[in-house]
Amino acid sequence: MKSVALHSNLTKVLLKSFTIILFFAFSLSSFSQDIDEARQKEGRKIFKSLCASCHKLDKKLIGPALGGVELRREHDWLKSWIKNNAEFRASGDRDAIAIFEEYNGSVMSAFPQLTDKQIDDIIYYTTVGDPVKKVVGDVAVSNGGSNQGSAPKWIIYFLAGAIVVAFLMIASLLKQVNELKGNTSPESTSNLKRDLHEVWAGLKRNTFLQVLSTIFVLLMGAYFLFGTLFKVGVNEGYMPLQPIAFSHKIHAGDNKIECQYCHTSAKHSRHSGIPSVNVCMNCHKNISEVAEGTQVEWDGMTYGKAELDKEIAKVYDAAGWDADALEYTGETKPVKWVRIHNLPDFVYYNHSQHVTVAGLECQKCHGPVEEYDEMRQFSPLTMGWCIDCHKETKVDLKGNEYYAKIHDELAKKYNVDQVTIAQLGGKECGKCHY
Amino acid sequence: MASNKKYWKSVEELKDSSIVETLSKNEFVEEIPTDQFLGDKETLEKTSTSRRDFLKYVGFTTAAASLAACEGPVRKSIPYVVRPNDIIAGVADWYATSIADGYDFANVLVKTREGRPIQIMPNKDANGTTSARVQASVLSLYDEKLRLKEPTKAGESISWLDADKEIAQKLNNLKESGKSVVLLTGTMASPSTDKIISEFITANPNAKHVVYDAVSESGAADAMLAMYGKRALPNYHLDKAKTIVSFGADFLGDFHGGFEKQFIAGRDPKTGHMSYHVQFESNMSLTGANSDKRVVLKPSDQVFALLNLYNAITGNAVASKSTPVDAEVKSMATELKKSGSKSVVLTGLNDKNAQLVAFAINEALNSEIFDTTNSLNVRQGNDAEVVKLVSDIKSGKVAGLVSYNVDPVYTLSNSSEFSEGLKKLELSVALSTEKNATVDASNYALPAPHFLESWGDTQFDSVTYGLMQPTIQPLFNTRQFQDTLLKWSGSSVKYYDYLKTYAAENVLGGSSWNTALHNGFFTAELVAEEATFESTVSVIDAANQLASSAKKATGFELNLYTKTGLGDGKQANNPWLQEFPDPITRASWDNYLTISIADAKELEFENPVKDNGAIDGNFAKVTVNGVEVTVPVMIQPGQAKGSVGLALGYGKTFGLKEEMQVGVNAYPLYNGGNNIQYNVKVEKVSGNHKFACTQVQKTIAGRHDILKVASLKEYNTVAPKDHHHGWNKPSMVSYDHQEVEANTIDLWDEHNREIGHHFNLSIDLTSCTGCGACVVACHAENNVPVVGKNEVRVGRDMHWLRIDRYYSSEVETREEAKELGLGRGEMYEALETEAENPEVTFQPMMCQHCNHAPCETVCPVAATSHGRQGQNQMAYNRCVGTRYCANNCPYRVRRFNWFNYANNSEFDFNMNNEYGKMVLNPDVVVRSRGVMEKCSMCIQMTQATILKAKKEGRPVNTDEFETACSSACTTGAMVFGDVNNKEDQVAALAEDKRAYNVLDYLQTKPNVIYQVKIKNTNEA
Repeated sequence: MKSVALHSNLTKVLLKSFTIILFFAFSLSSFSQDIDEARQKEGRKIFKSLCASCHKLDKKLIGPALGGVELRREHDWLKSWIKNNAEFRASGDRDAIAIFEEYNGSVMSAFPQLTDKQIDDIIYYTTVGDPVKKVVGDVAVSNGGSNQGSAPKWIIYFLAGAIVVAFLMIASLLKQVNELKGNTSPESTSNLKRDLHEVWAGLKRNTFLQVLSTIFVLLMGAYFLFGTLFKVGVNEGYMPLQPIAFSHKIHAGDNKIECQYCHTSAKHSRHSGIPSVNVCMNCHKNISEVAEGTQVEWDGMTYGKAELDKEIAKVYDAAGWDADALEYTGETKPVKWVRIHNLPDFVYYNHSQHVTVAGLECQKCHGPVEEYDEMRQFSPLTMGWCIDCHKETKVDLKGNEYYAKIHDELAKKYNVDQVTIAQLGGKECGKCHY
Repeated sequence: MASNKKYWKSVEELKDSSIVETLSKNEFVEEIPTDQFLGDKETLEKTSTSRRDFLKYVGFTTAAASLAACEGPVRKSIPYVVRPNDIIAGVADWYATSIADGYDFANVLVKTREGRPIQIMPNKDANGTTSARVQASVLSLYDEKLRLKEPTKAGESISWLDADKEIAQKLNNLKESGKSVVLLTGTMASPSTDKIISEFITANPNAKHVVYDAVSESGAADAMLAMYGKRALPNYHLDKAKTIVSFGADFLGDFHGGFEKQFIAGRDPKTGHMSYHVQFESNMSLTGANSDKRVVLKPSDQVFALLNLYNAITGNAVASKSTPVDAEVKSMATELKKSGSKSVVLTGLNDKNAQLVAFAINEALNSEIFDTTNSLNVRQGNDAEVVKLVSDIKSGKVAGLVSYNVDPVYTLSNSSEFSEGLKKLELSVALSTEKNATVDASNYALPAPHFLESWGDTQFDSVTYGLMQPTIQPLFNTRQFQDTLLKWSGSSVKYYDYLKTYAAENVLGGSSWNTALHNGFFTAELVAEEATFESTVSVIDAANQLASSAKKATGFELNLYTKTGLGDGKQANNPWLQEFPDPITRASWDNYLTISIADAKELEFENPVKDNGAIDGNFAKVTVNGVEVTVPVMIQPGQAKGSVGLALGYGKTFGLKEEMQVGVNAYPLYNGGNNIQYNVKVEKVSGNHKFACTQVQKTIAGRHDILKVASLKEYNTVAPKDHHHGWNKPSMVSYDHQEVEANTIDLWDEHNREIGHHFNLSIDLTSCTGCGACVVACHAENNVPVVGKNEVRVGRDMHWLRIDRYYSSEVETREEAKELGLGRGEMYEALETEAENPEVTFQPMMCQHCNHAPCETVCPVAATSHGRQGQNQMAYNRCVGTRYCANNCPYRVRRFNWFNYANNSEFDFNMNNEYGKMVLNPDVVVRSRGVMEKCSMCIQMTQATILKAKKEGRPVNTDEFETACSSACTTGAMVFGDVNNKEDQVAALAEDKRAYNVLDYLQTKPNVIYQVKIKNTNEA
């Protein structure tokens, strides 16, 4: 009975809140009824493609914040400025020259291709701002989503715990039942003991079994010892804490930045190259904060926008970029990343051989980096791992004149169509140890 | 003929010494010193540590060590904030620049990694050559102990601003009071610097520029001035010469900066002709060792022989004296006249009169080899002006001294007079790259950058204009000499801009500055200065003066010389050069008095060989002009009786690491810059000196046919493989009771060597002068450690590449001696007489990369294995240090790491400090204790070449493969390449009729090929 009452209560609450949500949603949408969504959408599109690299609505970037710019400047003034600001300045407009000087003479591109209608749309967008999200509904949905995502884990633990508890309860119940039945049987336990004794005595007498089991134990011991010792220095999965919460997932995954855009030397050099801070600044000069709702799993915690914006600030700090004055201060601090892939000194590995010559995907050795928030060592980097790949991989030599002669001769020698790297000499000690 | 010669490596060998016999059988001369760490029985018994305790400690440490090993250290990876455009981490950049440090001058290429210079190679486009010293100069850049780091005044640090202000003020005071200021520099051979100096002198008319070379060649320059009207050194185009006669001129060494490349260019047996070179000398020099005929003659007799030759050629009759070699001189006169304009006479006597006589002979011969038009600027020092400067400083006539990169307090023979005067000066400023005694004695010490951190220009001869550019950011708070002078002259121009303007206005003639800078040099059209100058001297007078001074010679005659390794001593704190064995004596870390075998017997000097393979020596007190020095004695075969030799450049102490303070300073004996000192007293004094000599340890175990030498006549007329008379006979072995050619039988299966690359290194013994540039290049390229004097002494030197020096004498072999019924003693006696003037042959020796390598077979862990490209590979991480491989190597080229040589304060050389480590090649691992190492045939370089071709999608170009030694080789004696590419030079060399393998009867089938040495014995 109680439970039914509870159920009905819950339903009531749910129903009540749903009405409230509906009400708010309705009221909000009714509130925004006088916005011309088509114009807003069009304006936003153009703004994002042409203006957003230097302007934001609510914040100074390279250029001034543009939210409500219509309230500050004449419409025609804006139009002339946007179409060709250099010409406009040359015409001697004081305001134009003033604003140009205020921003240290950084030149804005001219946009003669924009029609008046398009400019109007942009200005309209700067006034009304982004379309307001259906906040409550969205939150509800996203909450549900996140619940769904995290539910299985705790449910599994909970269920597992419940099953264990249940078993224990059943066992104790059975015991109690037995006891209640009066089946207290010390005999049975002594029987079991006796049996065990007999087996042990038999074992003691049987030398063959003794030897066999000794060998077995020794072999197993050796196997496990070898396995354990072999893992020493193998740092598969090594994921040290880095000084900046840099997410490969956001960069290489969500934004699909080419690996070699940042790791530029991979195609030229033995080192893939940790990008210098100026490479970060190529984009982050304009991206001072992450998008709303961005989340990064970092060091066992979930970093949201507040935390992540601080991480971008660390990049500015390293590069010596003053985000308010929009200029470099000249005071730089190199970022001290923690090295993840450590090969011993006596191994020579060359990225360019694998990237440029062999044309390997980075993911082959480094794993699905574009899915990692926190970078880790994917492969064991043991010699066996290297050699296995060299033994199996057939070399694709088409289009490389270097291999033209040698491959044909080797293919003939080994009687194969395509030789492996090992057959090409990639298994010799001296190729990697010098 | 080669087979009749006995080759030997030290005088001790001639004495039938049982120790040498024993040593020749051991690969490792030292027993493992178990006693040292086990201790003796008594101490062991006294100790309180019980067996149980010991086991506990062992257990605990093992457990602790393994626990500690479980977790790797956290490494940081710190990228640039703004990456320079032309630096890619892991890719080397090369820059063309020049070295001009006052003694060594060369157009070079510098390899930099991540902004650090790590190697110097010759700029072959600019005809550049490198010596061991030039190769090693990259390490001197990182000498944090000796480099001047900030400006100081009287030892206290001072800012540049204050120093400039104070010095300018003082210079001005001196100018106004009309007191003399002297600018004392070494030879810079830099036209723009000369201009800056002349502008400085215009601004300060009381200033004077004096050029001072520690090791002087003032005689030749003065003679040029008198005879040809310009103060420079004559050039000798030895490549075109037919007959070369040299009286003590070490022109393969440091004479006029060296003519090694030209000399060897004139000695290619393939052409059928070689120049004929006769050397009259007292010391055994590199040049004498490479001569076709070496005439042993003490210095005073050299003077008379030169005069006799002058008389014979010109028909004059200058008063002279007969010498023991009159017959040779006479025949040489005929020979010279026969060769006419293709002949040349040189003399190494630093004496104006002697040079004038030699010039006159060349004029009489109408020599085309002797060139006064395209003259050399590499020694501009003026001894007379230096002598005057010292007396002026002493008398107070000079009130201010600005010195740049010279150390007269160390190098002047009357340095005490100089340093006393220095203290009294009103202004003494030393601009210097390194701390030295002169810097210490001067009031202001202003740091100047190393040449690898500097801008500059050079003009070594009259046609090639070289440029110098920085290859690294300045390591310390330094400022260039030129910038300083410009500032003091009141100019606000930076030297870089000045240099650019100077080059554009005076040299480039509209050509691109960037191209010239990229190439490192610019060749201008030679404006021939017609020699219309009327000579102001009478050669007859000069000859008479020469004769009269030589006639006064009594007692021993001392010939002061410079060593290939240390030169004038500027780089005495460079461990690579200290450890570099002298090409002739094979001794490192020392200078010594070289004395002839006969004189040594008379004065009872000995060089006993110790049972650990090291040699010892006695001390001698040498007295010249009342100055005494006590030096160890080394008995030198081929030293002229009555003469002794001593190297300059050693015994420097100021600021040097203790390990580097070796040898004896010979500069106090260097009176008036004269390399010959007469009336020398040599006495034996007590004491025993320990030499670090790599001479005896590596004997050749009686295998006396590892060298093959033939005469040009034999080469031209005799079939090389002829079984009776051939000069490149195949070895014969007994197989199945039959004499068969060794290469017909084999223990091993053949490798397939047809596919891919197959590397060979060819070494031409005719062109190898033993200069050792390759040894230092190998040091730099392969991170070869320096081990120090004590370790070298016990035969633990780590050089992957050594240059063996063999003496030989034309006497019967042991077997023939037996036939003649000569006892062993008699035979050695016969050898000893020959040792008065032995022939010398150099043989670079490194891992032979045998296709059938004995070392590979015996390695229990397969750490050394054979690569398909012909390289014998050494996996250091696999090696457990059994040293079986070294024992089984017939060439004795494997080196064992007895200690950790990096990060070990016991071996406080370049690998024990942060600066010195910057020179390490990041592509080659630094080996740790307990592993074997050896020449890898620069596998890191061959792999890099292959990778470059692969990346560019093309086959490897002809002659693209190189090793460090082959690219450092000035004369082209070492040629590396792929024998499977028939167009590679080495492919033809491998098939050459001169090609042979060392110890070919062992059938190890080496990938290193030697070319039989051809000597021009001048037989018709």
